[in-house]
Amino acid sequence: MNPKPHRSRLAGIVLWLPYAWLVVFFLLPFLIVLKISLSQSAIAQPPYMPVFDLSAGWTGIRSFFAGLSLDNYIFLGSDPLYVVSYMKSLQIAAFSTLILLVIGYPIAYAITRTPPRLQAVLVVLVILPFWTSFLIRIYAWMNILQHDGPLNQLLLALHIVRDPPAWLSTNTAVYIGIVYSYLPFMVLPLYAALEKLDQSLLEAAADLGCPRWRTFWAVTLPLSAPGVIAGSLLCFIPIVGEFVIPDLLGGSQTAMIGQAIWSEFFANKDWPAAAAVAVVLVCLLVTPIVIFQHQAMRGMERD
Amino acid sequence: MVTMAVSSGFTKRGFAPWAERNLQPLLRIEAVSKRFGEFIAVDQLSLEVFQGEFFALLGPSGCGKTTLLRLIAGFEQPSSGRILLDGVDLGPVPPHRRPVNMMFQSYALFPHLTVEANIAFGLKQEGLPKSEIAARVADMLALVKLESFGRRKPHELSGGQRQRVALARSLVKRPRVLLLDEPMAALDKKLRGETQFELMDLQRRLGLTFVIVTHDQSEAMTVADRIAVMDRGRLMQVAPPAEIYEQPNSRWVADFIGSINLFEGRVGAVAGTIEGTTLGRLRVTGKIDAEPNATVWVAVRPEKIRLIPCAVEPAQRANVENCVLATVVDIGYLGDLSLYKLRTEAGVPLQAAIANIGPPTARGISWNDQVWLSFAPDAAIVLTR
Repeated sequence: MNPKPHRSRLAGIVLWLPYAWLVVFFLLPFLIVLKISLSQSAIAQPPYMPVFDLSAGWTGIRSFFAGLSLDNYIFLGSDPLYVVSYMKSLQIAAFSTLILLVIGYPIAYAITRTPPRLQAVLVVLVILPFWTSFLIRIYAWMNILQHDGPLNQLLLALHIVRDPPAWLSTNTAVYIGIVYSYLPFMVLPLYAALEKLDQSLLEAAADLGCPRWRTFWAVTLPLSAPGVIAGSLLCFIPIVGEFVIPDLLGGSQTAMIGQAIWSEFFANKDWPAAAAVAVVLVCLLVTPIVIFQHQAMRGMERD
Repeated sequence: MVTMAVSSGFTKRGFAPWAERNLQPLLRIEAVSKRFGEFIAVDQLSLEVFQGEFFALLGPSGCGKTTLLRLIAGFEQPSSGRILLDGVDLGPVPPHRRPVNMMFQSYALFPHLTVEANIAFGLKQEGLPKSEIAARVADMLALVKLESFGRRKPHELSGGQRQRVALARSLVKRPRVLLLDEPMAALDKKLRGETQFELMDLQRRLGLTFVIVTHDQSEAMTVADRIAVMDRGRLMQVAPPAEIYEQPNSRWVADFIGSINLFEGRVGAVAGTIEGTTLGRLRVTGKIDAEPNATVWVAVRPEKIRLIPCAVEPAQRANVENCVLATVVDIGYLGDLSLYKLRTEAGVPLQAAIANIGPPTARGISWNDQVWLSFAPDAAIVLTR
């Protein structure tokens, strides 16, 4: 084994910075939300009880813990509205990620096949939509998809449809919005993985008698797997919790879990229920990711 | 420009299929050119390689030797000309159908596959039964002495081991021609020397035809039956290593292979003399392919120059030909050899390489010494271009 490298004090601090960041901006807020989810809704400020209060001393702390309960979680399980929303969100996220992969992979692959100078331009083009506000781009899609919008006008002009179809408030509109918005998050990790791919490996495969299409399955795809995994996670996780796109482009049938959290918080003013929905969502996302990461690491070591 | 070997004394083990009149070459390159835009990488090049030959393409970087190899492998298409293998035009054959294999300079091992799977890759493409693939992979692992490394990934191997896996992978399909692109460039010097001899041994035992690209002339000289010296997309000379060294056909080849002292002069009226060089009149015994009074160059390898300390003069000097007085400017001590930078009284720079045979104390020549410099008439090569 290598001797342990000497670390300066500064290096130690730098190493702890990301952990400190995670504690302050992820773990603490999560614990607060977790606590609220275990509380009861109340007409008060803040709108839940019990409230943590050190002034009452030891008995105050005891009564605080006695006031916490799992009622909100039992409520979530009993109401099919939430279960359906969760399933709908996971389904939309999974299907969107698949579509993004199918569209994003050829785009990323094509970019790596262009001359280096053009590659830089194309990568900038991929991230160019970020220069405009996300909200404005979704409003633009509302305009495009509306009944007498440019899309229907085009379809009518090309005689593809006789009666203009309704796009807004459908699943299709939500998928269009999601795929459009998340495409750069899929393309960039795929591009990074494919760009590293040594061209001589493809030549070696051809040299050993492997036709092009089979080289893709035998060499290119396995070696770009890290990019596929990164891009899929980068898209799947935020899509599950997506709120703006289904709210603006979707209808009642596309009620995703983000909207459920929003209505609990702002319409029903039921913070504890909203917090419980959020905590279950985090668990739903974190558990499979941790299992997957664990498997991927083991696979890498074994291979 | 393919020169038929005139002097079979230069061949290895008397193996010289290129000198036989009726033998069909295995690989025939016919007036092949390759242009990349304005740049001409390979220029109207013709070449023949025979079954069982170890053939080296040698040249400075950018001379087109790797492009020529990639043309044979099929990764590049010639702009004009043809490449034939066993008399069949390879032009319409895509790389994955060509019965040649390549060992890449970077080895190009598949990082996600084990050593075994890397070697088996080519056999799997042929759809061979699993048992046969396993047997041939095991044979190859034994051949390159990596039996216990089959389950490892390339990143778990040393550079030398990776190189052997690449070799095994390119040999397992028993190619008609094995193309080797700088196969030893990534190895350290000592390992490279050993590997060169192992590669020669392997090629001889398997009876395969190897075409190697290298910029390392000692490597080409060691392994090859014939060397093609290339410059700017053209062949400068094709001959066995000893012939390339002892009978270079031009000043360019003489200067590229090893070191050389060159003296311009005119063919003298008296047979075997060159007049008007910076060393004066020189006597040569080799053939002179030029008319009297034509401009020629006398080339002498540094190790063929003798140095005699001035103190020994004059008794030994009486019958010595091609002899001038010179001063030692600098000495480079290499261990086995010492390189002497010299300057004649007329200011002509020269270099001599003397083997350090005797004990260190016996070497009488030092900095700023005056020495008698000479070379035998049969040590000189007369070049006409």
